Amino acid sequence: MEPILRVENLTHTYSAGTPFERSAVQEMELTVMPGEFLGIIGHTGSGKSTLIQHLNGLLKPTEGTVYLDGQDIWADAKNIRQVRFQVGLVFQYPEYQLFEDTVYKDIAFGPKNMGLDKDEIDRRVRQAAAFVGLREELLEKSPFELSGGQKRRVAIAGVIAMEPKVLILDEPTAGLDPRGRENILRQIRQYHKEKGNTVILVSHSMEEIAQNVDRIVVLKGARNYMEGTPRQVFSRAEELEAIGLDVPQVTRIAMALRRRGVDIDTAVYTVEELKEALLRLKGGGADA
Amino acid sequence: MTMATMIETKDLTFYYPAEEGRAATPALREVTVSVEKGSFVAVLGHNGSGKSTLAKHMNAVLLPSNGKVYVEGCDTCDEKLLLEIRRRVGMVFQNPDNQIVANVVEEDVAFAPENLGVPTAEIRRRVDEALAAVGMSEYAVHAPHLLSGGQKQRIAIAGVIAMEPECIVLDEATAMLDPVGRREVLSTIGKLNRELGITVVLITHHMNEAQQADRVIVMNDGCVAMDGTPREIFARVEELRQLGLAAPHTVELMEELNREGMALPLDAITVEECADAICRELGMA
Repeated sequence: MEPILRVENLTHTYSAGTPFERSAVQEMELTVMPGEFLGIIGHTGSGKSTLIQHLNGLLKPTEGTVYLDGQDIWADAKNIRQVRFQVGLVFQYPEYQLFEDTVYKDIAFGPKNMGLDKDEIDRRVRQAAAFVGLREELLEKSPFELSGGQKRRVAIAGVIAMEPKVLILDEPTAGLDPRGRENILRQIRQYHKEKGNTVILVSHSMEEIAQNVDRIVVLKGARNYMEGTPRQVFSRAEELEAIGLDVPQVTRIAMALRRRGVDIDTAVYTVEELKEALLRLKGGGADA
Repeated sequence: MTMATMIETKDLTFYYPAEEGRAATPALREVTVSVEKGSFVAVLGHNGSGKSTLAKHMNAVLLPSNGKVYVEGCDTCDEKLLLEIRRRVGMVFQNPDNQIVANVVEEDVAFAPENLGVPTAEIRRRVDEALAAVGMSEYAVHAPHLLSGGQKQRIAIAGVIAMEPECIVLDEATAMLDPVGRREVLSTIGKLNRELGITVVLITHHMNEAQQADRVIVMNDGCVAMDGTPREIFARVEELRQLGLAAPHTVELMEELNREGMALPLDAITVEECADAICRELGMA
C-alpha cells in the first residue's frame, strides 16, 4: 500500500535572515498510511503545529517535500487549493473561527467553496452535523448562542463536511471538562471507524493519545524523537518522562512498582491492563 | 463569623439573564460555604456545575441575585467596599492572552498597584518581589507576547500579587496550558500558599490538580455536592463518576482490584502511595 501522506526531510525556518531566525521543524520525516489513526505528541515548541500546517500547504517547506498520494503538493502551486480540500485541518480552539449567522451556513462554508451543488452541500452539512452529535434543530441557530463545547463541534463539522481524505485535529479537547473531552473523542473514533478515513490527532495528553490511536509519533526540539505503537512508545516511559511529557498515571504506577522489585511490564497505559497484570501476579504468587 | 474566615457565602443564589421566552434556571442555588484564611481550596465540577460562577462572586465580578457574599466581613454588594474587596481577592482567568495589558512584563505587573495609587518606590519593590515570587525576574523587561502560556499566566499571577492580596482565585487558569505550563503554575501557587500564607481558591476540572489542595469542594447543578479533604473525596469513586468526574487512576485501579478480592486502601492517592499499597498486598513489602 502507498502512503497517503509522506514528509521527506522537512525543514521550516521562521524569520530567515533576521536575528529572530529559528527552525521550528528540522529534517523531519513522516509517513501516514491510508485509514490510519495517527497520534502526534510533543511539547509546546516541539514543532507539532508547524509540521501539520505543512500537511495541507498552509506553510511551504524551507527545505524538503510533502507528498499527498505520491504527488509533491507544491509541484504546481495552483493546485494547493485542492490539497486543502483533501487534507482538512481543525485548529486549536476552532470555535473562535465561527463567523456565519447560522450553524448551517458555517458548516456549509467549506463545501460551498468547493463549488458543490445545493443538494450535495445539504447532504454533507446534515451528515457532518450528525457525526459530531449536533441536533437538527441547532442548525438554524446562531453559532454564538451555543455553548463552548457545541461551538467546537460546529467548527469540526465544518471541516468534516469537506469530506477530506485526511482529517487533522490540533488539540481538539483543549479546555474541555472530562465529559466534554470524552464526547469529542468518542465522535472522532466513530468517524474514523465508519468512514475509514485517515485521522491525525495532535495532543499534549499521552493518556488521550494512547487510548485512541494506532501509532504515535513523538517530537522533540523540532525533530523526530520516537515512533511506534502506544505499547512500544510507553515501554520507553522513562525517556518520555525525561523530556517532560506527561506519562499516563497508570504507566507511572507500573514504573513505581518496578522500582520496588515487582516483575511487571511498564508498557501498560489503561487501568484494565494494569489490573489484569496485577491479578496474574497475585495468582502466580499464590501458586508458588 | 470568626477572624479566620477569608470568604463566606450565605444562601448564595445566582441567575444569569434568561433567554427570551425561557424560564431562568439558577446557576447557583443557596450555596453556603466558607473559605478559611491561609487554606488551599480546590473547586471541582463539570462545565455548567456552577464552579466558575461561584468563583466570580468571590471578588464581586458577579453579585448575588439572592443571599450574601462576604470577603473578610465586607459585603460584596456594598459599592463603597468594591476597591477594598478587589485588592484583597485577586483573580486569574482562563485565557492568558486576555489578561495582559502592557508591552513590557514589569509594566504589566505594575498596572494594578499604579491604579491603587501606590507610591512609585513602593511599586518598584512590589513588582520586583512579585516577579521573584513567580520565578519570572529574568523576564522583567521582556515582551509578554513572546512568552509561553505558562509564563504568561505566571505574569498574570504576579500582577495580582503586586496588589498584596490576602487571597487569589484561579478560575480555570490552567485549562489552556500544556502539561509543562500547568506544572509551572501549580507549583507557583503552591509556593505562594505555603510561604506567603496567601489563601488559594483553585477552580479546575483536572482531578490531579486538586491533589495538592487541603480541601476539595465538588459542585454539581449549582450546589455543593461534596466537601472534604482530597483523600476523602477521591475515595468516593462511584459518586464522582455520577457527577461526570473521574477519580484519579490510582484510586480507580485500587477500587477495581478490591472488586477482585484485594483489600487496598482507597485513600492512597499518589502514585507512590498506590505502589506501596499494592506491594504490601502482593506480600512484597
